[in-house]
Amino acid sequence: MIEVKNIKKSFADKVVIQDVSSSMNSGQCNLIIGSSGSGKTVLMKCMVGLFEPDAGQVLYDGKDFTNMDNHDKKEIRKEIGMLFQGSALFDSKTVEQNVKFPLDMFTSDNHAAKMKRVNEVLERVNLVGSNKKFPSELSGGMKKRVALARAVVLNPKYLFCDEPNSGLDPQTSLVIDKLIKELTDEYNITTVINTHDMNSVMEIGDNILYMYQGKKEWEGTNKEIIFSKNKLLNEFIFASDFLRDAKEMRMLEETGKIPPNHKIDDLTSDNAKPIL
Amino acid sequence: MNFIKDIGRYVMMLKGMFSKPENGRMYWKEFMNQCSDIGIGSLGIVVIISIFIGAVSTLQTAYQLVSPLIPLSTIAQIVRDTVILEFAPTLTCIVLAGVVGSKIASELGNMRVSEQIDALEIMGINTKSYLIMPKIIAGLLMIPLLVVLSMALGIWGGRLAGTLTGIIPADAFDKGLRDDFLPYNVFFSLAKSYTFAFIIASIPSYYGYHVQGGALEIGRASTKAVVVSCILLLFSDYLLSALLLGK
Repeated sequence: MIEVKNIKKSFADKVVIQDVSSSMNSGQCNLIIGSSGSGKTVLMKCMVGLFEPDAGQVLYDGKDFTNMDNHDKKEIRKEIGMLFQGSALFDSKTVEQNVKFPLDMFTSDNHAAKMKRVNEVLERVNLVGSNKKFPSELSGGMKKRVALARAVVLNPKYLFCDEPNSGLDPQTSLVIDKLIKELTDEYNITTVINTHDMNSVMEIGDNILYMYQGKKEWEGTNKEIIFSKNKLLNEFIFASDFLRDAKEMRMLEETGKIPPNHKIDDLTSDNAKPIL
Repeated sequence: MNFIKDIGRYVMMLKGMFSKPENGRMYWKEFMNQCSDIGIGSLGIVVIISIFIGAVSTLQTAYQLVSPLIPLSTIAQIVRDTVILEFAPTLTCIVLAGVVGSKIASELGNMRVSEQIDALEIMGINTKSYLIMPKIIAGLLMIPLLVVLSMALGIWGGRLAGTLTGIIPADAFDKGLRDDFLPYNVFFSLAKSYTFAFIIASIPSYYGYHVQGGALEIGRASTKAVVVSCILLLFSDYLLSALLLGK
């Protein structure tokens, strides 16, 4: 479980994160959503220690990560896997070497044991036979899968995914989402995902945190999001007619009716009040 | 103000390199890769410039020594001392600042921009230690070796040019090489090459490691790294000459 308590972060005079608190549960996909510049990536980087927050705490299973010394932080980081927006694969290494790298660095297993584990995770992300390829020879979806394999090769307790679907076609996005969800369930990982992808929100969002201009605007599950009356959240999530229709369909599925106060025109009315 | 900030961040970067390696074998592998990149990768250009520097030194020294009272072996002495004291360490290192420096800055810059450095940090690896330290140690090992090679090739190039053009017979050149040889000059040259090696490896590492932005910034960082390295090389060349050769 990861807890974020009153995190604040500024760059020069610009306040990027203001007093954000949340809890991210084990074995769940915890999504951070919000428009570009809302502070999602900065919050995630504060959580993994790539940025030092100005105030607040990040707790990993109750251990205060922000105030740890470097040695203890390193120990926590060994339990973290991260999938970066651009995959962040090592250009000069093959797929196999990329995935094997954390094993080489942090385990004393022999070569055969390491290769067994590498092949296991590559099989898990459907990349059998790509061992000797370099990142430049891979498609965007394959790169993400290699990065995912590298992130989970050490069986992390916490998995962070920054925009895992950016630049991918809808079908490949679904594959990546499904993989993340399955790995989260299989290994009981605390997964935190930054995303813009509404399909991910609806499909794998066990817990969703909506950020608006650096603040937490709304938090709930993918079921609750359908019924949310938060004006900003609705404007963000159901931006297109297609998505509004999809919302109404989902409401119909869930309740058998569409409440009148959720008509499209009401989404932007002044009467709509945030739940949180 | 930026200058002071840069110095501060540079010192912090060097300080941050010193930590217990996460895995000694991986650090050793990275060190050997860097030795190969810096040493073997620069061998060709060092061989070419060293031979030509020596050859041109011989021709130009002979051109200026017109008095019949000065023995021909003096040409070899002048070529020897010029190559050992200045040409081999300084010129070779200026070329290496371009070749090795731009490579280091662009490699680290690309790693920073494509989040590879962040990925290593997340894994719990001290990136300053894993990425920068092997480059500096490899530079400190390989660059003085290249300078020693450059000394030998420079003198040999001078001898070759002298004998091929008929300016100075081979035995006169060899006699000149042995006359009044000061081993201290080699020590001075090595002292310079160690100083230069540190500059060539650490300055581009600093600029590459701290790149922010995209491809354009990587190019800028690379250029800045080479320019600053060259200026510092020339400045330290003067400083070391004043300290170690001054009377």
